[in-house]
Amino acid sequence: MSNPRVAGAGVTKFGKHPERTGRDLFAQAGLEALDQSGVDSDDVDALFYGNFMGELAEHQGHQGPLMAEAIGLDVPATRFEAACASAGAAIRAAVKDIRNGEADVIVVGGAERMTNIGTAAATDALAIAADDLYEVRAGMTFPGAYALMARSYFEAYGGSREDLAHIAVKNHEHALVNEHAQIQKEISVQDALEAPTIASPLGLYDSCPITDGAAAAVLTSEAYAEEHGLEAPVAVTGTGQGGDNLALQDRAHFAQTPAADAAAEEAYADAGIGPADVDVAEVHDCFTIAEVLAIESLGFYERGEGISAATDGETTRHGVMPVNLSGGLKAKGHPVGATGVAQLATIAWVLDGSHPRADAVEDGRIGVCHNAGGTVASTTVHVLEVAE
Amino acid sequence: MTEAAPDGQYDAWLDAIEAGEGYYLECANGHGWLPPRRICPECRSRDLGEERLPDSGKVTTHTTITVPTPQFEDDAPYVTAVADFGSVSITGMVRGIDPEDVEIGTVVGVEVGERVTTGDRAVVFRPR
Ligand SMILES: [Zn+2]
Repeated sequence: MSNPRVAGAGVTKFGKHPERTGRDLFAQAGLEALDQSGVDSDDVDALFYGNFMGELAEHQGHQGPLMAEAIGLDVPATRFEAACASAGAAIRAAVKDIRNGEADVIVVGGAERMTNIGTAAATDALAIAADDLYEVRAGMTFPGAYALMARSYFEAYGGSREDLAHIAVKNHEHALVNEHAQIQKEISVQDALEAPTIASPLGLYDSCPITDGAAAAVLTSEAYAEEHGLEAPVAVTGTGQGGDNLALQDRAHFAQTPAADAAAEEAYADAGIGPADVDVAEVHDCFTIAEVLAIESLGFYERGEGISAATDGETTRHGVMPVNLSGGLKAKGHPVGATGVAQLATIAWVLDGSHPRADAVEDGRIGVCHNAGGTVASTTVHVLEVAE
Repeated sequence: MTEAAPDGQYDAWLDAIEAGEGYYLECANGHGWLPPRRICPECRSRDLGEERLPDSGKVTTHTTITVPTPQFEDDAPYVTAVADFGSVSITGMVRGIDPEDVEIGTVVGVEVGERVTTGDRAVVFRPR
């Protein structure tokens, strides 16, 4: 079985572009990815595209063909929706098709337009990733759901808002050199602690911003990359996906994310590696507490120990296990349907040395992407390795 | 304007709570769920029966939401909590107590209230 190569990737500037249509955002990222890959567009077999709230934000369903057209492709195009893990699910499907020999070249990507409808409507749209009858109607918001998880975590394992603040400070610092990042501003622990509360115990700086943006990558079979002399040194060597009850109330505990445990276990086994082999990770920190749950599910930390990783400097760019060198969702931004592919692009660039924070892991060979949907009822994990 | 159709068993469940006859669904292995369910997702038992909801539950986690969705604009700030009623847990809005005083372990009863913003029905917890 040969592993797909990342032949090229493109990411828009993440941020507030309320006037930019989804199709324009994706066209920019997709064309950049195609150009960078050196792949002839005639050779593309399919587009797998992630998007979450297009109906609500743009009154636009059926976005697959629209986005293929936007990047000049006349190929079967399918939209994937798994809330914030939509693009991760698209990557996974592409990896499987290429491995199975069903395709040689697949463009994966995603886009989300969010700021055009304003903060209140975007908050409303994000909330529908939760159980409408039993959660949303009881006032649950997206930050509220993670606040419930954070409080459970503190109760079960300890930790404090200050520990969460260190995660925000770290990710903001990482984003300072990332030209794609929405927020390039250094903050202090004090700033984070003094920010307004949005859903106790979480404050404004525990939360990712609302973001417009797109990301795309061109995945090819190993044989295709070799035949066409592509510069594609990074391979996707492991894929995993896990699921959980949609509603928090139906889970055994709120301070663990078993869907991510399952996704990580499957992806590691698939790649033939373990957590100790991983040099760098991009994880789904839609809220600071989510980064804690992610690094525990990925096996970098025991349960209850991930909370102090940033405080202790271990997950900073100078630490032993750098997490979210891009700035994470927290500072880079979170255009929901694009996030999974933006993570993949970051890890590919870190491993091939072209990312501005690649110096954090100079001899890094293995990176992991963790993309979570809703309150982690969907999670994909992908392992990327330097193949040559 | 066409009136929205009710949400089947969900609205019936709210009706039952309003009538003081709250229930949940339980499989033969004691896994509890809220309706509608045709199968227990835990053990795949299809033999689900209605059990009486206990009079009180305990808050297992809670948050005070200050940035709401538009449907809860005039409700904010409000407390949303998950409470454990034994075999089943329920999410609701906590009322009748200062948000600062809600704690993990607070004993609550469940009733049906109204959203301030829209007048829609909502699951409400009150300290017991
Ligand atoms: Zn059961």
